[in-house]
Amino acid sequence: MKSRHKKLIAIGLGVAGLGIIVALVLNAFQDNLVFFYTPTQVAAGEAPEGRAFRIGGLVEMESVRREADGLTVRFLVTDTAQSIPVVYKGILPDLFKEGKGVVAEGKIADGGVFAATQVLAKHDENYMPPEAAHAVEQAQKAQATLAK
Amino acid sequence: MIPELGHFVLIIALVLAIIQGTLPLIGAHRGNVALMALARPTAQGQFVFIAIAFGCLAWSFLVNDFSVENVARNSFSQLPEVYRITATWGSHEGSLLLWVLMLAFWTMAVSVFSRHLPDDMVARVIGVMGLISVGFLAFLLLTSNPFDRLLPPAPDGRDMNPLLQDWGMIIHPPMLYMGYVGFAVAFAFAIAALISGKLDAAWARWSRPWTTVAWAFLTLGIALGSWWAYRELGWGGWWFWDPTENASFMPWLAGTALIHSLAVTEKRGAFKAWTVLLALTAFSLSLLGTFLVRSGVLSSVHAFATDPTRGAFILGFLAVVIGGSLVLFAWRAPKMLTGGSFNWFSREAMLLANNVILLAAMGSVLLGTLYPLFMDALGLGKISVGPPYFNAVFVPVMAPALFLMGIGPLARWRDASLPDLFTRLKWALAVAVATGLLLPLTLDGFNPWATLGFALAAWILLTVLIGFRERMRNGARLASLPRAFWGMQMAHMGLALGVAGITLVANYEQERDVRMNIGDHTTLAGYTFTFKGTTERPGPNYRAARGTIEVSKGGKTLYVLHPEKRIYNASGMAMTEAAVRYSLTSDLYVALGEPLDETAKAWAVRVYHKPFINWLWIGALFLVVGGFLAASDRRYRIAVKKLEAPAGAAAQGA
Amino acid sequence: MKRWIPLLVFAVLVAFFAKGLFLNPREVPSPFIGKPAPAFTLPVVGEAERTFSPADMKGKVWVMNVWAPWCVSCRQEHPVLMALAQSQPVPIVGLNWKDKDREAAALLERHGSPYVAVPDDLDGKVGIDYGVTGTPETYIIDQAGIVRLKHVGPIDPDTWKSKFEPKLKELGA
Repeated sequence: MKSRHKKLIAIGLGVAGLGIIVALVLNAFQDNLVFFYTPTQVAAGEAPEGRAFRIGGLVEMESVRREADGLTVRFLVTDTAQSIPVVYKGILPDLFKEGKGVVAEGKIADGGVFAATQVLAKHDENYMPPEAAHAVEQAQKAQATLAK
Repeated sequence: MIPELGHFVLIIALVLAIIQGTLPLIGAHRGNVALMALARPTAQGQFVFIAIAFGCLAWSFLVNDFSVENVARNSFSQLPEVYRITATWGSHEGSLLLWVLMLAFWTMAVSVFSRHLPDDMVARVIGVMGLISVGFLAFLLLTSNPFDRLLPPAPDGRDMNPLLQDWGMIIHPPMLYMGYVGFAVAFAFAIAALISGKLDAAWARWSRPWTTVAWAFLTLGIALGSWWAYRELGWGGWWFWDPTENASFMPWLAGTALIHSLAVTEKRGAFKAWTVLLALTAFSLSLLGTFLVRSGVLSSVHAFATDPTRGAFILGFLAVVIGGSLVLFAWRAPKMLTGGSFNWFSREAMLLANNVILLAAMGSVLLGTLYPLFMDALGLGKISVGPPYFNAVFVPVMAPALFLMGIGPLARWRDASLPDLFTRLKWALAVAVATGLLLPLTLDGFNPWATLGFALAAWILLTVLIGFRERMRNGARLASLPRAFWGMQMAHMGLALGVAGITLVANYEQERDVRMNIGDHTTLAGYTFTFKGTTERPGPNYRAARGTIEVSKGGKTLYVLHPEKRIYNASGMAMTEAAVRYSLTSDLYVALGEPLDETAKAWAVRVYHKPFINWLWIGALFLVVGGFLAASDRRYRIAVKKLEAPAGAAAQGA
Repeated sequence: MKRWIPLLVFAVLVAFFAKGLFLNPREVPSPFIGKPAPAFTLPVVGEAERTFSPADMKGKVWVMNVWAPWCVSCRQEHPVLMALAQSQPVPIVGLNWKDKDREAAALLERHGSPYVAVPDDLDGKVGIDYGVTGTPETYIIDQAGIVRLKHVGPIDPDTWKSKFEPKLKELGA
């Protein structure tokens, strides 16, 4: 085999390999990117149906309720403008508390309830998850504009 | 006074670093022996002063000097002594001080173990490391002084983050930083070679042991971090693809590529430009990791400070160091002539493929980690890229690399033939495929992922054994095989163990969340877990509800586990302390969720059965030991001695 | 050409990092600037009978400092506030945020209080109304009860001079 042919084959293999990797990445992105919405956006119907996404905000005071099975929890996530009911079955993270920031991942289920598959809170008590802070900030900006 | 002393010696260290980063480089350029000779003493002096500064900070923590802001923020009078010392590097400022201490340590090691290297090379390497040190010391002194005073002093500290109060966290950061910073040596060697234009096999031989040792430390650091996450986060996971984890994993992937590519450059003189680029990349990714964690541009479970000035400083530094080195690379690249030719199935080709795959994997991790930042910067919305993305891309990309790993060490340099390789490996291939297909059937029915994992693990293990057998057939005795060979084979075997462990735990673990009242029981993987209630137990700086859970099989009580829910006194933070029964074949993992009634009789409890998870850490240990073995090969010492005379003469002639 | 590719890739990365770095600045422009300060009525720390409400301050320019006994940065700014309480006439109110361990009274007793009143926001609701994400944060509220300025992080003499003094002068305090 001539070295020119060899070079061509090598380039061909390289391009094919790169193509496979790009395809893998794009495919994985398509399925696994999780978008973030604020409770106000969810209330306005901007969030996708049937696809997982994240919402963030504060756990509304005195909104946490446990069902009789002990593991199903219902609470409201608020950005101070709108509140979205969330249901989650499982053990909550240590730092989950009323009045604290929270981010939940899941889908909109029947009756507009957000069925969370995962609830995240931060590792540091006095730190709000950036997504939650963002949601509250957005809502307050919106309220400020409305008040004008 | 002690904190002021610490501050003062840090300034002295900075002055020494400035001398170390300039005069020896000028000396090497002009051939001035006196200036070059400054490299070693300044590097050693710098280490001494930074060590004193570190000691001062550790002392302030140990004696609870809450007039130091850093201590007040990160320690607590009730904190046990050992954690008070480790709190020294638990904060942003302290961990940066540890970073420069490690850098100074590596530089000193270079200054001591480089007697046989030409003077101009030593001067350049130490000079470049001095420049890096200048950047970090300036960052420390200007934006993150660990010795800042707090007036009036706080009556007590805010306590260390409870999650960090674990012995895994005591040694994880130092090991990780040893690895991160160790790549600075490979980087400095590459820059020195680029400046002098002498990129030859000798250069590769000098950097090889340093790179391998740094890589082994990084491996150990990552493994400890993962083990810590497994035990402390209470979720039984061992890898989360969290940005902070990725920040340490990317340099590891680049470093792995680098140690393999250095082998080719040393033995065959090929891939020079590529190897240099990898040396620059590995350290650049270490710096990038530091930037990502310290600047808060990415939200992460354990990002430290979110302070734009600090971020801007590191970014500027990053741009200068990496940008500068890449400009130097582009300028000098045409001078690098590539060595001998090789054919498709030669060891060179296998290693090249391994390099390309490792870098592609690194790229996919980098993309996933930074994608949320790109989207946000372009105003396209806030997103997160979760573990499913990384698993979906990383596993298929890495699988071919693991397959090639079996062939590479058995292929000849330069010229290898496929039929020959096939004859030598056909049995291993057949057994590996059979293992992959049959093993899942005996466990839980056919499962393509399990098949892939088992087949690859068996394949690597078998090819390692073939490697030993072929050597012995050629008359070698096990004990007389070179350490480099042992090291490589151990590391590869470690990877096989790790792959087996990951396959088993990812496909066959079982978990259950249950509400448990006193006397309730639940069954998982054949074990019965019975909840015996909780008792109050005070700790040194926390109060704990301590659960008692009996594990039995066939009516016989095997173990009693005590998971805890702790409330830390200073921060009021709650923490889950899981109880784990470790064994070689499976872990039983129990964590308390939260009390479900007022009297705290019933609790949410999470139980896991994790088969073979410990193989992961054992595999990682094999990698580490393999790395140290390979780096200690006598070849490096002998080869260095042989080179001494001509290289020394060349330096004098320059 | 090929040899410049790594540099190019890196330059693009740096551009994104620089953008990202200043994307989430700590200094969020508060949506309350120019809006009435949210109303509340809270008990005052150390004075059993007294309550505090922003309405009490009508007609005055005042400063509201959100702090907490568990907050180390607040301790750092405490002497600065003490000096300011002595040297300038604008009253400082200290909203005691989420003081679950009830330490505020003892702490102020020991180190002195720069505050004219310390409303006790035990559950942190008022803080949330004001969009507090961490302590300390400080607001200037004018004669008509309008929020004029928000500062995140501890106050040091420089920030007071450069940020607070001009605003207070403008408001005629």
